[in-house]
Amino acid sequence: MRRISIVVLLVLAVPALAAGSTKDVKLALVAYSTPKDAYTKIIPAFEKTAAGRGVGFSQSYGASGEQARAVVQGLPADVIELSLAPDVTTLVQSHLVSPSWDKNAYHGIVTRSVVVFVVRSGNTKHVRTWNDLLRPGVQVVTPNPFTSGGARWNVMAAYGGALRAGKTPKQAIAYLTELFKKHVVAQPSSAREALQTFLSGKGDVLLSYENEAILAKNKGQSINWVAPKATILIENPIAVTSTTKHAPQAKAFVKFLYTAQAQSLFAETGYRPVLKSVQKKFHFTSPKQLFTIGYVGGWTKVQKKFFDPNSSVMATIERSLGG
Amino acid sequence: MAARAEALPLPRSWPSGGAALAVAFSTAYLSLIVLLPIAALVWATHAHASWQAVSSPQAVAALKLTVLVSLGVAVFQAIAGTAVAWTLVRDSFPGQSVVNALIDLPFALPTIVTSLTLLALYGPRSPVGVDAAFTRWAILLALLFVTLPFVVRTVQPVLVELDREMEDAAASLGASTFAIFRRVVLPNIVPAILSGVALAFARAVGEFGSVVLVSGNVPFRTEVASVYILGRIESGDPAGAAAVSVVLLGIALVVLLGIGAIRRRATRHDG
Repeated sequence: MRRISIVVLLVLAVPALAAGSTKDVKLALVAYSTPKDAYTKIIPAFEKTAAGRGVGFSQSYGASGEQARAVVQGLPADVIELSLAPDVTTLVQSHLVSPSWDKNAYHGIVTRSVVVFVVRSGNTKHVRTWNDLLRPGVQVVTPNPFTSGGARWNVMAAYGGALRAGKTPKQAIAYLTELFKKHVVAQPSSAREALQTFLSGKGDVLLSYENEAILAKNKGQSINWVAPKATILIENPIAVTSTTKHAPQAKAFVKFLYTAQAQSLFAETGYRPVLKSVQKKFHFTSPKQLFTIGYVGGWTKVQKKFFDPNSSVMATIERSLGG
Repeated sequence: MAARAEALPLPRSWPSGGAALAVAFSTAYLSLIVLLPIAALVWATHAHASWQAVSSPQAVAALKLTVLVSLGVAVFQAIAGTAVAWTLVRDSFPGQSVVNALIDLPFALPTIVTSLTLLALYGPRSPVGVDAAFTRWAILLALLFVTLPFVVRTVQPVLVELDREMEDAAASLGASTFAIFRRVVLPNIVPAILSGVALAFARAVGEFGSVVLVSGNVPFRTEVASVYILGRIESGDPAGAAAVSVVLLGIALVVLLGIGAIRRRATRHDG
């Protein structure tokens, strides 16, 4: 029995090894979890181009912060795509990514999305605006911003949404406090777990990203989503590491990601493309009061003011849940 | 009596030859696999002295919840696990071997699958009408599921080996069934129960995967220590995470030493 299984293993492994050896260069792509579906189509497309011939890939997907830490700890990476810019900053601080990574035509951003309200089919609670979330009886699910880097987009969308509605920064913080104290009924540890929690029947509204909502809908889940008038533009950064041994190929791959072909493949999996020409082909809603992270102060300020685990707006709010 | 094997006195002098080799191997192995990572953890905490993470009310609440629920789970398993082991050893019913095999299944299931399953079962759309998800009851249920095998599997072999003649003798002297269990059977299986309880408690304290989805992770209400620790890591405070872990380990160690002490006492009285 054991001998048979060894033979089976060998038979399976040999063609795999052979296939690997035909590639001259193997690029290590380290990314956060959601673009996986897009890359399963984009990578074969790249390998068909002149620049991509003979380039193989090893791919690693996981939580954005975890992936950044893994690279700092020595996980080999040629190209990294993360959920939010501060995770790239982590790599810059460890001298693994050039400080000028965002000095290009797209500011280092490869895909975009927006924070949306995922609701149950029919939106029976008629949730359209940030203020609607505070109506009595409305239950909200959002990942915990301390365990999920991506969830910080949601918090900043809510804060900026309150500012856009004419509130002062102080009132906007009061809004966040009331939201988390009286309406957030679960804080799952990641965006995917939050989706699972919502799909299990918990909550009326899930704060999530448009691309996640599109993906879930495409997979047949009976949900819908509403983009509030005022919401944040999510921007996902990409960079070639400064430690790569295959800089020409890594750069060629990133360059390919900005072609109409690759951007369309991103768009098909729910992301908003950064290329104007591709944007026109897809029908994404355009929220009237869309803002970027810059509107609420930029990541450097926001990380410290809102998400420092010891003393920050969110740390205070979470602490206040204790009574 | 096989059940007394645990009561054998430890050798007081240094062993020689093959035994010395065995001790050397055990020590080296333990150091490498267990002590080294724990020492690294303690060192990481000490080096950065970040006790702020531990003393915050949120951390205290998470630690308290974790330890209390784990203790509850351990006590519950002591009773339920013994009952299951008893049934499997002393009774015979159709499908017994299948039930026996089922006991270990919670170990084979990836914990995140456990969490998804429990969410479907005890969530708002529960097919059995139990909406316990996102409450402390959900944490208890998840932990009961993953710690089920421990007490059953430690008590079962002792019960199998237990000499039935003692019970028959007690019965012939007029002891009631309850008295036989309490005075004859229980003293023999208490060490095994406590071993199982210790394992169940240790597992429950550190459990993450099966709890994370069904608990809802609301601070002060359903956030367990392991999720709080993850939050510290994700927020760029690995030293704080290590500090909370060390405290959690410290509490676990005290409880385990306590259980060990009770176990030794129980064995001594018995012998």
